[in-house]
Amino acid sequence: MKLYFKYVGMLLKSQMQYKASFIMTALGQFLVSFTAFLGVYFMFSRFHSVNGFALSEILICFSVMLMAFSVTECFVRGFDVFPRLIQSGNLDRILVRPRNEIFQVLTSNIDFSRVGRLLQSILMLAYAVPASGIVWTFDKIMTVVFMLMGGMAVFASLFVLYAGISFFTIEGLEFMNIFTDGSREFGKYPLSIYGEGVLKFFTYVIPIALFQYYPFLYLIDRSEDIGLIFLPLLGFVFMIPCYCFFRFGLRKYKSTGS
Amino acid sequence: MKKYLSFFKIRLIAGLQYRAAAWAGIATQFAWGGMTILMFWAFYHNGENSFPMTFPELSSYIWMQQSFLAMFMTWFYDNEIFENITSGNIAYELCRPCDIYAIWFTKNMAVRLSRMMLRCLPILLVAAFLPAPFNITLPSDWLSGVLFLVSVILGFLVLISFSMLIYISAFYTISPMGIRILATSVTEFFAGAIIPIPFFPEALQPIMYALPFASMQNAPFLIYTGHISGIDALQSIALQIFWFAALLAVGRLLMKRALRKVVVQGG
Repeated sequence: MKLYFKYVGMLLKSQMQYKASFIMTALGQFLVSFTAFLGVYFMFSRFHSVNGFALSEILICFSVMLMAFSVTECFVRGFDVFPRLIQSGNLDRILVRPRNEIFQVLTSNIDFSRVGRLLQSILMLAYAVPASGIVWTFDKIMTVVFMLMGGMAVFASLFVLYAGISFFTIEGLEFMNIFTDGSREFGKYPLSIYGEGVLKFFTYVIPIALFQYYPFLYLIDRSEDIGLIFLPLLGFVFMIPCYCFFRFGLRKYKSTGS
Repeated sequence: MKKYLSFFKIRLIAGLQYRAAAWAGIATQFAWGGMTILMFWAFYHNGENSFPMTFPELSSYIWMQQSFLAMFMTWFYDNEIFENITSGNIAYELCRPCDIYAIWFTKNMAVRLSRMMLRCLPILLVAAFLPAPFNITLPSDWLSGVLFLVSVILGFLVLISFSMLIYISAFYTISPMGIRILATSVTEFFAGAIIPIPFFPEALQPIMYALPFASMQNAPFLIYTGHISGIDALQSIALQIFWFAALLAVGRLLMKRALRKVVVQGG
């Protein structure tokens, strides 16, 4: 753990060397998600509500999703650019070192410029928490905490899965984007608005709805079921198959030789 | 002219080799388009009356957007060009008896076109057979079809001449990543890639239509769907010509100034 923080410190220092570029990139990240927010905002200024959800309620959904995504993207970035590690042969260097591979991939790349996106999600949450009219009792606060934790677990698993697949394809698989970037994009709205089929898919296949939709229903008093509070924690179960797949890929791994 | 044509051909053929990547791309874009339409469908159910387009128009718009994504994607920049500038390899390119602006322009066109050619047809074909109102339909008359073709080429040229400005900015900043992401997000938003321009608040729309970004994908797709027709369509095509000429002139001017001052730092 101490070693991890040392790595974090090192990466932070090295990224701070190009301050102007760092600030511009972070600002750009902020703008990207800010325009996404404006898109939602303009839709609501025209339609006022969707499936009975008001803007302030949707923003909770949106900010939790974005926050979980940006934190994960920042710290699990190593898996996001994993195909590059394979292509460049740098993975071979990692494998011969006497440390856990997961640890080394994690510390190979941390992208602090994602702080721009994080800032956007914090602002939205700060606005939505009072505006949504939710009475913030202890269980509601815990629900949001669990939603964030579950979200990070699911996104981290997806990145690991993505890395696992790239053992076989060498190149990054564009299709995975629909699950990572796609969930961020479409998770702006509660997944139920896309219809029954989509909701089922994102419940049983890719468990995004477990932390995004069901606990959200409890938050805004659409459901009384206490069990929904703990549902996001199932996201940690999703880590197991993804991790196993990664190990499986690692065992089959042949170096590209470059 | 001939040498630029061969640059174009080399890039185009190279781009056409990535077929497996194209299939993955098609699947992704199809899912993406489908989700977007479902999202709008939910809003449509909530307030049919405040929907600024008809639903078939919107479906056509989204599917056009997905099939021509490679042509109009705002986040795509040729890393080779940036690397050439930051690494100093540009010195070699300057030695060649060609116009760098024209080379970069044709390279960009070729890469985008090759990707579009591989992806466009399968998406359009499947989208055409989806149940109404989620499918893509042909333009209502042949005239809008012709206007669309003119407009889509112009939009393409406007987009590339805009992205040339971003490439040129690398001469001045050395680290172009920041500007690139800023430009991407602004373009994406004002071009109507996040939500189509008719969905913006009425007060903002006149400004948005006048900006060069609306002359990229917005104009051809709205003409295709029939949302803009007749004299309005001609007007937006005229605006596209104007923006293309303006961006081209500015780009060439900046390029000339940058090259006069370019300092290759050894190595």
